[in-house]
Amino acid sequence: MRYIDEFRVPAAARELLREIDALDAHGTFMEVCGTHTMAISRAGLRPLLAPGIDLISGPGCPVCVTADADIDRAIAVARKPGVILTTFGDMMKVPGTEDSLASASASGARVRVVYSPLESLAIAAEEPGSQVVFLGVGFETTAPAVAGTMLEARRQGIDNLRVLSFHKLVPPALRALVGLDDFDVDGFILPGHVSVIIGSDAYAFLPVEFSMPCVVTGFEVTDILQAILRLLKMGASEASLEVEYARAVRPEGNPRALEVMSQVFESCDAQWRGLFTIPGSGLAIREEFAAMDAGTWEVELPEPTRSKGCRCGEILCGRIKPMDCPFFGGRCTPDNPVGPCMVSSEGTCASYYLYSESDGPDERGEGADIGR
Amino acid sequence: MCLAIPAIVIELDEPNLAVIEIGGVRKQVSLMLVDDVVVGDYVLVHAGFAIDKVDEAEAQKTMDLLQELARLEQEAGFDEIH
Amino acid sequence: MAGDVVTMAHGGGGTRMQDLLRDMIFPALGGQTLDAAEDAAILELPPGTLAFTTDSFVVKPLFFSGGDIGKLAVCGTVNDLAMVGARPLYLTLGLILEEGLPLDDLERVLASVAGAARDASVKVVAGDTKVVERGKADGVYINTAGVGVIPAGVEVSITRVTPGDALLINGYIGDHGIAVLKDRGDFAFDVALDSDCAPLAGLVSDMLGAGRVHALRDPTRGGLAAALKEMSSCSAVSLEVDEPAVPLREEVRAICEVLGLDPLYVANEGKLLAAVAPEDAAAVLEAMKAHLLGRNAAVIGAAGAGKPGRVSLTGEMGSSRLLRMPSGEQLPRIC
Repeated sequence: MRYIDEFRVPAAARELLREIDALDAHGTFMEVCGTHTMAISRAGLRPLLAPGIDLISGPGCPVCVTADADIDRAIAVARKPGVILTTFGDMMKVPGTEDSLASASASGARVRVVYSPLESLAIAAEEPGSQVVFLGVGFETTAPAVAGTMLEARRQGIDNLRVLSFHKLVPPALRALVGLDDFDVDGFILPGHVSVIIGSDAYAFLPVEFSMPCVVTGFEVTDILQAILRLLKMGASEASLEVEYARAVRPEGNPRALEVMSQVFESCDAQWRGLFTIPGSGLAIREEFAAMDAGTWEVELPEPTRSKGCRCGEILCGRIKPMDCPFFGGRCTPDNPVGPCMVSSEGTCASYYLYSESDGPDERGEGADIGR
Repeated sequence: MCLAIPAIVIELDEPNLAVIEIGGVRKQVSLMLVDDVVVGDYVLVHAGFAIDKVDEAEAQKTMDLLQELARLEQEAGFDEIH
Repeated sequence: MAGDVVTMAHGGGGTRMQDLLRDMIFPALGGQTLDAAEDAAILELPPGTLAFTTDSFVVKPLFFSGGDIGKLAVCGTVNDLAMVGARPLYLTLGLILEEGLPLDDLERVLASVAGAARDASVKVVAGDTKVVERGKADGVYINTAGVGVIPAGVEVSITRVTPGDALLINGYIGDHGIAVLKDRGDFAFDVALDSDCAPLAGLVSDMLGAGRVHALRDPTRGGLAAALKEMSSCSAVSLEVDEPAVPLREEVRAICEVLGLDPLYVANEGKLLAAVAPEDAAAVLEAMKAHLLGRNAAVIGAAGAGKPGRVSLTGEMGSSRLLRMPSGEQLPRIC
């Protein structure tokens, strides 16, 4: 596959590892993006790195940081008569306060998994008697696609498509993170595909205001290793922002996508699951599109409860590793997640669990599933 | 946080749609978020939308670098053996 | 009978049902031992140990590239028998039909049952048909039972994997799951790809003749990952898999990249995972490659003496990770 396979060069990766070793440097870097966390875990990269180099995972999984109350709202909307809720597969198993969309679906709510928000549009056209509500989660990569779908609904005169907008924005979250007193990382590995949309310039404040070295990078092992090498060479004294993923990312981003996004959405404060409310880090549907906003519907929500002992908040800030949480692999597994970091396969805990390098406390000696 | 895959545009459809191909798989995507796409362009596909074009010159630079790194690695391996 | 559909009367036990049996089911499965007159099939069994299995089949869509629910039912049942080293002999066929199913569709399914049974050298010897109201089923559900005989001297068991055994697979993984996903049309992609749905008893017979096969498992639902985990747990061995050695079609790899699926967890219906004594691995591999259903066979790893239930995958980078039991159905993801 062109522009994928050419970047999967094990010999180049080995050479990059050797060059990283030869620097004899150390540092703790946060990969902000969950897809980076997945790629690192899948390749088993962590144990290959020199001992002084630590990779910690940030809050870059949109599924994980969707607030419990927002999941509860989605479930309540899905249970309304005449509603079909469409969602990315990632959201199905995410627990809210009491249920998940999967359990709501099992008990009768109409929930359909889609790959693209555009599929919701087709469903809305086929089911004129139903209200089709798309569950909008994701960062800046995804929000323009949802906005585009809403514009397309308007253009085609499809009037039974609604959206719940729980989208999140990355730069405000990074600003909140680096502003924390005990935030202690030596550099950011910045998300590649969010940056395709918003452009690398969106992170200019990080080296300027916070002396934070940053590299925007792609998702192949060789991309990630180049980012680490560049961060190590940079050091805090000459903190700057570099783009390794230049094949996809421009300084100004994708102006067309940004325009579509801002036609439909405006920024708002948003609650990040496991963290706190971050000013200006969410996207609300603009007044002009209020008729398509399912977020204003009257629904009954369960009383919020907080799981005591779950340490996802500290994991999302990079203070601890998943293994440091008492629930990891025991009470909290991908089948039965307690906290946000376990709920999506790209969540920090889930990716550590799925691709763990050691047996850990979690290795279950499953019996065979007899027959099929 | 977001899967996006480079794929070649093999057909342009009205309005603002394209058929892309990757590894023998074909899929229709929306071109609403990108300007000036022509057949033969590589685009990054996310959730049914092309979110931008691949900058092929920049891709080639990185590919050349990786080939150079691979060459260095093989030379180093050769030195170790001898 | 073009345009006709299944009605409740077809399951009522009266004349309509007799018509269906006489006009469609018996002719389709003709040449089999299926006998309308008796309430049970009366069978001769060759010497050996009896292997006996049952399975139920629900698939959407009923017809998919490379197969349909009828072929799937025969192959699935035959393969379960083959995985314990049995020579499959007889099948039963229980049909649950949804009112409104076009009779043409039923005829196609039955023809494909007959064809697959012929290919697998098994006979459909008993059957049953019920009709349920429209909306209470997805067209056709099939339940089968299968009987086979394990010849003397054959000892294949999921518990017999020994440290050092080579792990072999008979070809590309994930074709069935992806072909069905494509034909279901949910995620609107197109690819020239057929399900691998096939009866494996002939291949198994050739493998058993070539060397000591200790264990077999067909990696159906849950994919190769589930088969590896089950083999490892049941035999109390660890398994080490060389991930780049696992045969994977470009098309399957591509769609998995797009939808965010892991091909190791995608279903197969014509694949087997074999644990073979190391000295015999080359001979068994050669026998597999000589068979039509094993042309792309490969050695993908080996059993070890590590922790039981532990399956590790070594990637291109030489670093290894642990494989987990799949948790539920894989859904496409954007993250």
